[in-house]
Amino acid sequence: MSHPNDLVSPPRLFEARRKIFPKAVTGPFRRFKWATLALTLLVYYVTPWVRWDRGPYAPDQAVLVDLAHRRFYMFSIEIWPHEFYYVAGLLVMAAIGLFLVTSAVGRAWCGYACPQTVWTDLFQHVERWIEGDRNAQIRLEKSRWTLNKVARRTAKHAAWIAIGMVTGGAWIFYFADAPALARAFVHGEAPLVAYATVAVLTWTTYLLGGLMREQVCQFMCPWPRIQAAMMDERSLTVTYRFWRGEPRTRGLKRAKVDHPVPERLDAATSLLQLAERPAVADRLVGDCIDCNACVAVCPTGIDIREGPQIGCITCGLCIDACDDTMRRIGRPTKLIGYTTELDARAEHAGAAAMPPLKRLLRPRMLAYLAIWSALGLFMLVSLGTRTHLGISVNQTRNPLWVRLSDGTIRNTYQVKIRNMEARPRLVEVSIAGAPGILWDEHGERTGAGRSVRLRVEPDKVAKAQMFVAADAAGAPRADMTFTVRALDAEGGEATDTSFFERPEVAQ
Amino acid sequence: MAENKRIDEKTGTQTVGHEWDGIEELDTPMPRWWLVTFYATIVFAIGYCIAYPAWPLVSRATAGVLGWTSHGDLDREMKGEQVRRRPIMRALAVTPIESLPANPQLLAAAEEGGRSAFKVHCAACHGAGAAGSKGYPNLNDDDWLWGGTLTDIQQTLIHGIRQPGDDDTRQSQMPAFGRDGVLTPEQVQDAVSYVRYISHQEGGSQSAMRGRELFAANCAVCHGEKGEGNRTVGAPRLNDSIWLYGGDRDSLTDTITNAHGGIMPAWGKQLDPLTIKMLAAYVHSLGGGESSAPVNVGDTSGKPAAAPGATGK
Repeated sequence: MSHPNDLVSPPRLFEARRKIFPKAVTGPFRRFKWATLALTLLVYYVTPWVRWDRGPYAPDQAVLVDLAHRRFYMFSIEIWPHEFYYVAGLLVMAAIGLFLVTSAVGRAWCGYACPQTVWTDLFQHVERWIEGDRNAQIRLEKSRWTLNKVARRTAKHAAWIAIGMVTGGAWIFYFADAPALARAFVHGEAPLVAYATVAVLTWTTYLLGGLMREQVCQFMCPWPRIQAAMMDERSLTVTYRFWRGEPRTRGLKRAKVDHPVPERLDAATSLLQLAERPAVADRLVGDCIDCNACVAVCPTGIDIREGPQIGCITCGLCIDACDDTMRRIGRPTKLIGYTTELDARAEHAGAAAMPPLKRLLRPRMLAYLAIWSALGLFMLVSLGTRTHLGISVNQTRNPLWVRLSDGTIRNTYQVKIRNMEARPRLVEVSIAGAPGILWDEHGERTGAGRSVRLRVEPDKVAKAQMFVAADAAGAPRADMTFTVRALDAEGGEATDTSFFERPEVAQ
Repeated sequence: MAENKRIDEKTGTQTVGHEWDGIEELDTPMPRWWLVTFYATIVFAIGYCIAYPAWPLVSRATAGVLGWTSHGDLDREMKGEQVRRRPIMRALAVTPIESLPANPQLLAAAEEGGRSAFKVHCAACHGAGAAGSKGYPNLNDDDWLWGGTLTDIQQTLIHGIRQPGDDDTRQSQMPAFGRDGVLTPEQVQDAVSYVRYISHQEGGSQSAMRGRELFAANCAVCHGEKGEGNRTVGAPRLNDSIWLYGGDRDSLTDTITNAHGGIMPAWGKQLDPLTIKMLAAYVHSLGGGESSAPVNVGDTSGKPAAAPGATGK
């Protein structure tokens, strides 16, 4: 850092990005990442094409966000705009689920399931496929613009953009009937917004997955910051066992002589001490041979041996790389491994690690789990028992009342009846709470009773003007209720309150 | 002070020439990106001034070469809306008003159109909720001076009531019985008593009994034997609860003495037939609309007849 008075070379505000060339790696964590990659992409691309029969009056797409008609379909669940709190509840559940996962296994979301991780991973595979592995990529980067370089770079970016287009292309199918939209899209007949969405998502996928990659995780995403609050000393994190690895030796492992590392050797101090006493260094050697494999494979380009850091998405690829090295030099694996801060301390001190079950069943986890399950249960019950019929009554306020020829008083109401079933329903609207007769715009006052029947179209809100007439004598404002009852086998009813109003002094 | 400007040796930047207690200020140039943005905004502003209305003049601003105006935008949107509504408007225009109830969609469109037009043309007298006031009929109720079917209402709208210069206007004039000396003030009071008797506001007094004969001789020819009214001459029904000019003694005395005859404009001269059709549909929908002229106007006691919701308008 320069001296504060040194105005000649003021410190730069931003550090230039160091390009990362992650090396291919094999191992259990890599296989797990392959599996999550395949699974998440499969879910993303296949979901809109799954069909779900809802009868003749509703779309047969299993998952559909029908913005035009303001309906959200998810398998057997249909959400109307007024029930958006279910979506909000789902988002709250997702957040608490993330808290739960994070406090248990650390940044597993970041390492395996986050779309940014999945797509970056995919883009990196494509890159290796076209440009070769890490070393070939570095060579290509440094080389002049030969025909080979131009060809490979063009192919790579073309492939990325193609992936971006397919990504954006799948997104639009969640918002319209997938087969119909696909046909229209290919024939150039889809709505402009579909093409615009694909274009925008193509660009963002290319930009985020191809060009920005780990910068999104490190600088743009708020989740790593939030996770710092979610994690505690019992959360799993990728840890370099410095007490085993230090001091590092470069080149051939000279630790064949079984010299155990003395206890209480701190990573920070040991290197300095060892540097001052080279004679001792020959004898005190750790398992780390400084092969840099863990750095080479890291998709965010960090050195895990510097300790836990915000750039680490805990994908575990450095574990695979290090284990490979350890096996080759005949040392025990898991020099880098998943462990908790507590276990690391215990291991460092030579004590036993905490049993996993005890670690998981701590109050914090149980609290998250309880909130998460309670919310889920509440939503399930409320979804299962919600009524598929609704009524909303709005009294006409101008005029409040009308005097009829025979002296009775009439009030007018705008009644909306919501039929959330995907079939037409015959319903009966009845009044209660105040005396009077009810008829609607299609009926006549003559012969009116306390209820009217009407047919409500499937998946629609029926609007009807209704009239109530009652004797002029009575309270200026009487409470009354409108109840709608379905007249089919399923039944169900809903009620809304309103008023019946009369002139203050009955003439 | 400007002569104090010098090049700061450490940074190589010129100072602004001010000095306070040995503290000087560097005249650091604006960052390049800032300047570029600044000049870009100037270029944009010049282009904008040429392309769009910009400079305010006395009566209006400069037009701009693109010819854009917010009024133009509005016109375009209105035209687009007209195009969108054209099919249903065309269907409404060719459908006779009495056939509207058979087509619920057209009827609903007509009612909505009428609702807007009512606020513009009718609300001044009849009120925004069509509840009327003294001298201006309430259009929500089930009492009609000239008829409450769709065709009746349309006819009234086109030709108006007592509209001078319209041959088909609704025409009638009640004599000013008191002012013209047809009835003496005492006789007027007797007639008032009788009218209040048949409308169930008063008991059968001696005055009312005297009024019965006066009513039969002077009023029944228009208002009917029992005061049931007559729509062909717009004579109000007198044996019900609805009063256009008031049903109390003072108001009735005034009505019989001086007579009333409200005027409604003949809207056929001012509005297009389509708007009038929509207005008629709206007024008909307010709750008092009749599907056909009642056979017996006097009887509205209401006996259970048809199943609710079964009859169409």
